[in-house]
Amino acid sequence: MRTLGLALAFLTLASAGRATAQVQIDISKILQPGNTKPLWVSISGLSGEALQVLQFDLYVQGFNFTNQSGAQYIINGTVAGNLTAQATDKINGRTLISRSYTGGTLRRQVHTFADDFVAQLQRKGIAQTKIAFKNDTGANSEIFVSDFDGFSPQAVTKDATIVAAPAWVPGRLAIYYTSYKLKNPDIFYHDLSTGERRIFARYGGSNLSPAVSPDGSKVAMILSKDGWSDLYVGDAGGGNVRRLTKSQEDESSPCWSPDGKWICFADKSKGRRSLSKIPVGGGEIQRLTTGGAPSPTEPDWSPDGNWIAFTSSTRAGFDVWVVPAKGGAATILVGGEDPTWSPNSRTLAYVRRQGGGRVLSLLDVPTKQYKDIARISGSSGSNSQPSWAK
Amino acid sequence: MKMTKFVVLFVCGLMLTSVGVGCRKKPSYLTPLPGQRTQAPGDLTPGDPIGTGGTSGQDVSSTSTGEFGGTPLNPAGTHDGWIENAAALKAQTVYFDFDSSAIKASEQANVAAVADYLKANTAAAVRVEGHCDERGTEGYNEALGSRRALAVREDLIRLGIESGRVDTITYGEQRPAVQGYDESAYRLNRRAEFIVLTPP
Repeated sequence: MRTLGLALAFLTLASAGRATAQVQIDISKILQPGNTKPLWVSISGLSGEALQVLQFDLYVQGFNFTNQSGAQYIINGTVAGNLTAQATDKINGRTLISRSYTGGTLRRQVHTFADDFVAQLQRKGIAQTKIAFKNDTGANSEIFVSDFDGFSPQAVTKDATIVAAPAWVPGRLAIYYTSYKLKNPDIFYHDLSTGERRIFARYGGSNLSPAVSPDGSKVAMILSKDGWSDLYVGDAGGGNVRRLTKSQEDESSPCWSPDGKWICFADKSKGRRSLSKIPVGGGEIQRLTTGGAPSPTEPDWSPDGNWIAFTSSTRAGFDVWVVPAKGGAATILVGGEDPTWSPNSRTLAYVRRQGGGRVLSLLDVPTKQYKDIARISGSSGSNSQPSWAK
Repeated sequence: MKMTKFVVLFVCGLMLTSVGVGCRKKPSYLTPLPGQRTQAPGDLTPGDPIGTGGTSGQDVSSTSTGEFGGTPLNPAGTHDGWIENAAALKAQTVYFDFDSSAIKASEQANVAAVADYLKANTAAAVRVEGHCDERGTEGYNEALGSRRALAVREDLIRLGIESGRVDTITYGEQRPAVQGYDESAYRLNRRAEFIVLTPP
């Protein structure tokens, strides 16, 4: 991540023509969320779907668009059935990539090119990643999986009941989620490649908010089986369920540290909301400082371990914030809630309320550029509770 | 010199005492360790491997309020197949303040009426359904609805109803009683409803 930051910083500085050997690069400043300028790109030769897809892919990864004279990167493409595209760095005239694509859909070809392009900038692309979310049609809701931009949605459940909070198993085509299919909010495990599913947690009361450990071996969740709502952790197969917190206050929205040692969750103690973390084996709860952010909830730990994104609520509504994982001063990013990190720890998917409904949106954290993703066609319902496959 | 030593010792003693007192008042956010006794029912079975060792100390629940409980619930599905009656106790719906699972004084008569009903209908059980207005985040509201239903359940148990006769479920913000985006709707949506269950 540091190398990446340095590389980025170098490119940014080079583009501004200010790069000298004497420049002291302050990594913390460069990675400061919301303080980064976009990288300017000029796209020619593409139109329609190909152009839309490429612009979306790049915009939510911190690029913006201008004419050739103002751009650092020049992308030239043609579509004759298949995509052929080149990208050059205008500063040094170097061709970054020049490639023809075959197979798949045109969308997929453009996504692949977007990933190839950002890879040349030492970044891991996100254009071929997937998200899971909840699609709420009013009476009922179902779990869906789609491309990261909302296209190609597929219904995972068709149970005509309430579902909640899908959570990916890292590195696998499998999710956990809560469903009321058996007339109780139970947690199901669902293998997306085989369609097989099984009950993971069906205790009396509520079985909510599954969160899978980075190695896939454990699941954190909120259960009420013992008469109050608390944080529990169990083995991925459903056994060895242990209670981690025991308080009259509320715990919600667990997530894991990437090293698998901590569970971070939304907490309330002595009437004050906070984010807290607890060792997976149990132990003392440590409160995280989220300086400046009122009533923090819904934490999500970035896969690189550096940041925790979360929701802050005020009477006016919700905002997505980010704070260094060890706590400290928090930075407000955008109006919205329930953030989930992309696998490269740069973009967030989150929920925006719009009228009476909810839409999913993607936010490039360094530049604060955001764009809504496609909603499920023919659905006037709400999309929410995103989980980004990692 | 001796006097100085004495003063130092005295000050040290004072510090130790205050540290001792401070230790005894355990912050409520600490996770209780195995073997620690707590006032709350629904305790962990002894020996569950959480924590790295325990010292005796005061209960972590020393700051618990009246509504905090923790009576273990029936296994899910215990009353599957029982006949549901949503009308019988409709008038006893309990309403909550914003972001609270505390049962207000104004609502206690409703809970008492439900307890009376269950005492008069000894074969019946009840499912308490916890609901929220839409202002919290979805994940938060799921848990809040759960706590509302559990708080009502603890009150029923305190009023003498056997714990096995009271199930709970949360619907979060998924099943509003009325549609609307202002307080007049929200206050009617922050509620716990009672579904009477009778054997088939």
